[in-house]
Amino acid sequence: MENEAGALSRVAGLFSARGYNIESLTVAPTEDPSLSRMTLVTRGTEEIIEQITKQLHKLIDVVKLMDMTDGPHIEREMLLVKLHAEGDRREELKRLADIFRGRIIDVSDRTYTVELTGDGAKLDAFLQVLEPGAIIEVVRSGVSGIARGDRSLKL
Amino acid sequence: MTSGELLVELTGAEIFVRALQAEGVEYIFGYPGGAVLHIYDALYNQDKVKHVLVRHEQAATHAADGYARSTGRPGVVIVTSGPGATNAVTGIATAYMDSIPMVVFTGQVPTHLIGNDAFQEADNIGITRPCVKHDFLVKDVNNLAETIKKAFYVATTGRPGPVVVDIPKDVTAEKAEFSYPDRVSMRSYNPVHVGHAGQIKRAVKLMLGAKRPMLYTGGGVILGNASAALTRLARELNFPVTNTLMGLGAYPATDPQFVGMLGMHGTYEANMAMHHCDVLIAVGARFDDRVTGNIEKFCPNARIVHIDIDPASISKNVKVDVPIVGCVDNVLRVMLSTIADTERRPDAAALEEWWRQIDEWRAKDCLRFDRDSELIKPQYVVEKLYEVTQGDAYVTSDVGQHQMWAAQYYKFDKPRRWINSGGLGTMGFGLPAAMGVQFAHPDATVACVTGEGSIQMCIQELSTCLQYRLPIKVVNLNNRYLGMVRQWQEFFYQKRYAMSYMESLPDFVKLAESYGHVGMQIEKPADVEGALREAMQLKDRLVFMNFMTDQTENVYPMIPAGGGQNEMILI
Repeated sequence: MENEAGALSRVAGLFSARGYNIESLTVAPTEDPSLSRMTLVTRGTEEIIEQITKQLHKLIDVVKLMDMTDGPHIEREMLLVKLHAEGDRREELKRLADIFRGRIIDVSDRTYTVELTGDGAKLDAFLQVLEPGAIIEVVRSGVSGIARGDRSLKL
Repeated sequence: MTSGELLVELTGAEIFVRALQAEGVEYIFGYPGGAVLHIYDALYNQDKVKHVLVRHEQAATHAADGYARSTGRPGVVIVTSGPGATNAVTGIATAYMDSIPMVVFTGQVPTHLIGNDAFQEADNIGITRPCVKHDFLVKDVNNLAETIKKAFYVATTGRPGPVVVDIPKDVTAEKAEFSYPDRVSMRSYNPVHVGHAGQIKRAVKLMLGAKRPMLYTGGGVILGNASAALTRLARELNFPVTNTLMGLGAYPATDPQFVGMLGMHGTYEANMAMHHCDVLIAVGARFDDRVTGNIEKFCPNARIVHIDIDPASISKNVKVDVPIVGCVDNVLRVMLSTIADTERRPDAAALEEWWRQIDEWRAKDCLRFDRDSELIKPQYVVEKLYEVTQGDAYVTSDVGQHQMWAAQYYKFDKPRRWINSGGLGTMGFGLPAAMGVQFAHPDATVACVTGEGSIQMCIQELSTCLQYRLPIKVVNLNNRYLGMVRQWQEFFYQKRYAMSYMESLPDFVKLAESYGHVGMQIEKPADVEGALREAMQLKDRLVFMNFMTDQTENVYPMIPAGGGQNEMILI
């Protein structure tokens, strides 16, 4: 998308005006400062996805659009989670974080903050194995995506 | 950028005016206010771009819209910040729904005050975003000229639409070197022009094999200046043609191949032909719910070709078999040459049978009405308007029963003659739109067919009409009811006429006179034609004709909600 004021709100406005659902949305500038890249996750029948694609194309800020699910692709999302970590729990939480290849990035005498990256399902799985009551706060970045192999979204 | 010119420093306001001059803008419709005073000062100092002072900003947008619809050139509007901009929203949304090219300049508070809840501040860009094709906020005077160029480019190309340019007051005071670009390119905006050749061949093959073909054409044919190509194609193939409400005039209504308007209040023959056709060619039409009726029952036997400039219109409501994205004029011309190059001809025997069937439907005479009534029938007024103006008037309308009667009984033979708010259905559109049309065509007859409900939504514009001596002929079909609401209440709410009766109507004759115009009161059928003739002879006066019509007349045929196209209520 053009990296301009209002571009994000045009996309968000389109989804709300036409009753489409945004599951997650991430946006940041690219190596070309005039362009931003947005990864948006939505859900719908083939017809709805086709309409969403066409309507997005019509937005003048949208420079290029690619449906990642048309081919093999990689999805990544980052999770930051702050956990109660006291007494015996500290060791257990450290082990769980290791199993999921998470990293403990902040420690206090009562808490751990864990950083974990992966697809949405992996992050869900991690949150599920934590014992109830362990979680103080969860931050998820939303999904970023990139195509596998030679396929790329580039001008 | 143009080169070789000596660049001069101008204020933003002067740049604004010079840019409009460079765009060839004849008229700008607007209303002054604090945030746009620099611009008004710059407008005052020149006479190329003529400013039209309306009485309410909604009317500025409708007038610009009427100008655009009747000429094909973009309508231009200027309003001040805050309430100026919010008043303009209805007109912007009206233009958006009907894809009308328009550039609306809104004043904004100075940049350092934006977001401060300053006096007359509103988030103009945010408020108009869902009803514009695109919008721009100009924060730097150095970008002003190029932004204006882009605004006109976006508004007038591809599927046209309104563009808002929000200009903070300080930007109009600051100075920059002025040069107006000859062209702009935008990497993310490249409208398609030419249709896909393979798809056009497939479409032609389907059309030539049709036994019961139907051309269903919409506002896109008018916007895309494709009437001539459409008419040639229809005649070449001997196919029946129906127009949508927005498409009337794209094909001559007096032509025997025209079966009338389709849809909720379309003719019996048009809707029946739609229902029974085997190949449907949709041209610049968008399968609106008022056209399709119940989508499950729409054209059950047809394979569908759809030509449209907007890919998002294709297969939005109805799945089509042969989509063609491109300018309708271009695609129709390629179709014509493709047909000329093939030896195959349409199936004459099948078409003869199809026309026999259509004539049978026509014989129902679905638009008949009681001609012996002692009350003035609104249909009769429109019919007489057609006769008296010899079918050559520009007709604007508001929204409701009168709009449908105007569409059904005035036979438009030319495009851009029928000016109405089809998509948004904006009451109050008719009179200000007629002003825009009259500015564009000063010598033409411009009639505004309206009702006593709609006309009161922008009646203040009678004052504008006097200021500029606009000799509009207002045909007020006054039945003392919000007629379309009343009709639905009669049919679907067991005659519980909730709030559809208007008490305390003004004396429209005196009202017109107090605005300096001619008022006429017509109460008997025998006086209708005479009044219309007299009004048309007053060439330099606005005449407000108040026809007291049958209060309980309904619009027929009608497809009730949820009905298929073959399920019409007939008179």
